[in-house]
Amino acid sequence: MLIFERGVTGRNATAQAPLVKAEVTSIPAELMRKSKAKLPEVSELQVVRHYTNLSRKNFSIDTQFYPLGSCTMKYNPRGAHKVASLPGFLSRHPLAPESHSQGYLTCVYELQEILKEVTGMAGVSLSPMAGAQGEFAGVAMIKAYHDKRGDHERCEIIVPIAAHGTNPATAVMCGYKVKEIPVLNDGDVDVEALKEAVGPQTAGIMMTNPSTCGVFERQIEVIAKVVHDAGGLLYYDGANLNAILGKVRPGDMGFDVLHMNLHKTFATPHGGGGPGSGPVAVGERLLPYLPTPIAGIEDAGGEPDYCWLGQEALPDSIGRLSAFMGNAGIILRAYIYALFLGRDGMHRVSEFSTLNANYMAKKLSDAGFDLAYDDRRATHEFIITMSKQAKELGVTAMDFAKRLLDYGYHAPTTYFPLLVPECLLIEPTETESIDELDGFVEAMTQILKEAESSADLVKGAPYSQPVKRLDDVKAARELDVAYKA
Amino acid sequence: MSNIPAELKYLSSHEWVRVEHDGTATVGITYNAQDLLGDVVFVELPEVGSELNAGEEAGVVESVKAASDIFSPVSGEVLEINENLEESPDFVNSDPYNEGWFYKVKLADESDLDDLLDAEAYAAACEAEDH
Amino acid sequence: MPFIPHTEDDIRKMLETIGAQSIDQLFDEIPSHLRAGSLDAVPSARSEMEITRLLSERAQQDSGALCFIGAGAYEHHIPAAVWDVATRGEFMTAYTPYQAEASQGTLQLVYEFQSMMTAITGLDVSNASLYDGASGMAEAVLMAIRANRKSKSKRVLIAGTVHPLYRDTVKSIVTNQQIELVEVAFDTSTLVTDLSALSAFEGEDFAALVIAQPNFFGSLEDVHCLTDWAHAQGMLAIGVINPMAATLISPPGEWGENGADIAVGEGQPLGIPLASGGPYFGFICCKQKLVRQMPGRIIGRTVDLDGKEGFTLTLQAREQHIRRSKATSNICTNQGLAVTAATIHMSLLGHEGIERVARACYANTHRLIGLLSAVSGVEVVSQGACFHEFVLRVPVSSRLVLEHMARQGVLAGYELSPADFTSSGSYLNNCIVVCATETKTEQDLNDYVSALEVSLKELEGVEC
Repeated sequence: MLIFERGVTGRNATAQAPLVKAEVTSIPAELMRKSKAKLPEVSELQVVRHYTNLSRKNFSIDTQFYPLGSCTMKYNPRGAHKVASLPGFLSRHPLAPESHSQGYLTCVYELQEILKEVTGMAGVSLSPMAGAQGEFAGVAMIKAYHDKRGDHERCEIIVPIAAHGTNPATAVMCGYKVKEIPVLNDGDVDVEALKEAVGPQTAGIMMTNPSTCGVFERQIEVIAKVVHDAGGLLYYDGANLNAILGKVRPGDMGFDVLHMNLHKTFATPHGGGGPGSGPVAVGERLLPYLPTPIAGIEDAGGEPDYCWLGQEALPDSIGRLSAFMGNAGIILRAYIYALFLGRDGMHRVSEFSTLNANYMAKKLSDAGFDLAYDDRRATHEFIITMSKQAKELGVTAMDFAKRLLDYGYHAPTTYFPLLVPECLLIEPTETESIDELDGFVEAMTQILKEAESSADLVKGAPYSQPVKRLDDVKAARELDVAYKA
Repeated sequence: MSNIPAELKYLSSHEWVRVEHDGTATVGITYNAQDLLGDVVFVELPEVGSELNAGEEAGVVESVKAASDIFSPVSGEVLEINENLEESPDFVNSDPYNEGWFYKVKLADESDLDDLLDAEAYAAACEAEDH
Repeated sequence: MPFIPHTEDDIRKMLETIGAQSIDQLFDEIPSHLRAGSLDAVPSARSEMEITRLLSERAQQDSGALCFIGAGAYEHHIPAAVWDVATRGEFMTAYTPYQAEASQGTLQLVYEFQSMMTAITGLDVSNASLYDGASGMAEAVLMAIRANRKSKSKRVLIAGTVHPLYRDTVKSIVTNQQIELVEVAFDTSTLVTDLSALSAFEGEDFAALVIAQPNFFGSLEDVHCLTDWAHAQGMLAIGVINPMAATLISPPGEWGENGADIAVGEGQPLGIPLASGGPYFGFICCKQKLVRQMPGRIIGRTVDLDGKEGFTLTLQAREQHIRRSKATSNICTNQGLAVTAATIHMSLLGHEGIERVARACYANTHRLIGLLSAVSGVEVVSQGACFHEFVLRVPVSSRLVLEHMARQGVLAGYELSPADFTSSGSYLNNCIVVCATETKTEQDLNDYVSALEVSLKELEGVEC
């Protein structure tokens, strides 16, 4: 039942509004609202009960194992959330003067320094509000760099075919054409095809490493050389940074610019689809173009004085990407998470996420599932392909995904990357215990048995959720996106 | 792959064209195309009166999980679009060669037709794509 | 090891299963000379207790002042229930609702959110939210250019009274696509868009006109006239609005003869704390016929296999994960958690409650205007009705006044930079935008006036 349907005309949560209805005298009548907005008319208890009950219809990290590939659904520390929610942080106005911002600015500055170190880059801006905006900032900086040099012929961004959909969409938002290059059967980029593709028209390449195929790009140094020799720059999509945190740094691999997803690698909550946070880091060449504002330091001797660096300090900046300075609360949580881990904790992230993924990959392989890249090491995630099951049993990757919900596990990512047919992309993360991993493998094994003995059972799943499979065709053809009383 | 009418001409990107007696041509997508897409939920069509060139994008056809550009097999001015598709995009699935047509053009250059595939060649192209 | 559950025994067992000697061996595909060193610039680990202590001190450092800054972020009372419920782990730690059956909580909530936003704006369709108001305005501009098929120019008119930081953001986001943003001058005496300045653009090809209501100065535009003008010129009308104000003043759907085409804005006033600027959320609503040009996620209502009502992501074929380089935007996230809070907030207050807050804000703003009118030396530049904020001119350097008042514990407003309002020349020198919402008591307002008087006295005779 919708919250609107619980309402009765005239009922409201009276405790929550000013007691007096103030007179409005000076607004011209034609500028006043004519009819009331049809918002719910419910009591406070009704609201609390309705949304508490709705929350219980969600899978979440706090309630279930959530091995969603490419999304890094690790534990979101309560400590980080609680500290970031201190009243002093919540009440600070984004445009408060620097004299009343030193506490917050210290955190921002220190996180910039930490991220510089773990990525091996020369500068960081925390302002992009999500991974896709970080990508935008990164490619816009590449464009600004070429433009500043008068190198206007560079009109193409190269993207491996396995890339996230945001990569080509971003390149187009920055005014570039997209050239896709193939990926070999072992998951590495086709370097020969890359050599063919580059030229004076190449502005850069966007890559994820480890790639979306769940394997480390072994030819990365060759790729960097080919692209740099052609005059292009390398963009690192940080979607899979969790796999290499503290082990190898994008800057050392030859990348010129990257974005990170703090909501993945730095354990900030995903909130049912956001907020994210997508800071960018750059090498020396791109420093002048970082998006504003950035936290800086004024060296006046004695205690450091932190300040904001804006367009005046960075005249070649690509500019601002939000009204204020990005998703500040998420930045704080990520900073606090980094303090929890400390220097020695960074590499443990990649070590244990990789250990967990390789363990699960081996167990699933032993249980009869096909690994998409079985002669490669898994990174922090890996792919199984259900082509065989789809062909022989008529049970698809999606059917397995839906049936997993009945076993109390969130489904892995389905049908991505697009180049592996019938695939499940599985990312356990480092915060899961061996018991949870074993439980998931056991569930997959059971579902395989079910698929062999009664395929229809699996194809009709899920059965235990608030709804069964939904009619997506009806949703799109008979569009109903807002309640009308 | 069974349904490829012999009297039509095709693009390997799965559009068909039917030349009418009055020098106009009707365009749609093939049975095979709608089968690959699944349930069609929306078709974006060109504007009546606009000029299309052969090989140019003429619109988009969307299913729940995919979207595909429509390329015009021939050049010419758009005379009419199938307005029924707005309410009933399912015609593209149920009757791709008749009720599911997309638009009609005034054929600018009959020689465009020479560059198109016949039914046999289109069937072979589909076969090749499948492997 | 914080947050990592593995025991020595677990590690041994897992390596044995994998057939590896050590965890390090799992990284043997990475060339050894690329391996990272010891990350010296990262501080060493701290405990939760230590972190809480350290960060409490920093949070304390920034708090305590009385804040009269608005400029796009507004201090409102947030009922306790809002974040208590919104931060339940099931909402906070869920991902994008790709598996609809296991995400009905978030999906239904966002459907309700979309319904509430369409009710407030008076338009037909809302998406599941964008990053913030400023980037939302950029998306609205891009959307209008796609949607207005009659316009070929890729040019958009933007009222000069739109938030300067919004205009900057839009510029950063759209200029790489060869889109031209043209500013419309405003009337310095009334601080609203100059209708005669508009006539200079008559007959020219623009995809849209962007209007802010209330505008950046807190003044109210003649939105009916502006919307009708845009439509007569074949442009779409885009309204940048404050959602709380829209419960009191005419919503975009009611503007002019036919209503604005797109409404966009900052959702922060609906239950989101100031929190240094985010996470907030941008909302965007439009007329039904533009729905396919809408960027970002949209939730639809449908039925399941048994015919039972359910909710799912819909119209996904517009989005980047399917359309890739031809997507409506590269955006993939929405600001789910902030939207969760806003939905609960709107349910708690209802139209009646939000309108009461809006009226209380209006009353406080005008009360402060009244008090300041009696202060000698300063001038209230704004005329007539204001919402949330107004422009005040001080007789000495506005920067010094703001700094001096801050030292007294009053953050007195947002300093206008004449560079942001080029069409007004030097008229806005030494002007600040002052905001008083419902949170301010009579004592707070009096404290503002006293602090201002102290500062003016101290600064008397100082060069501007």
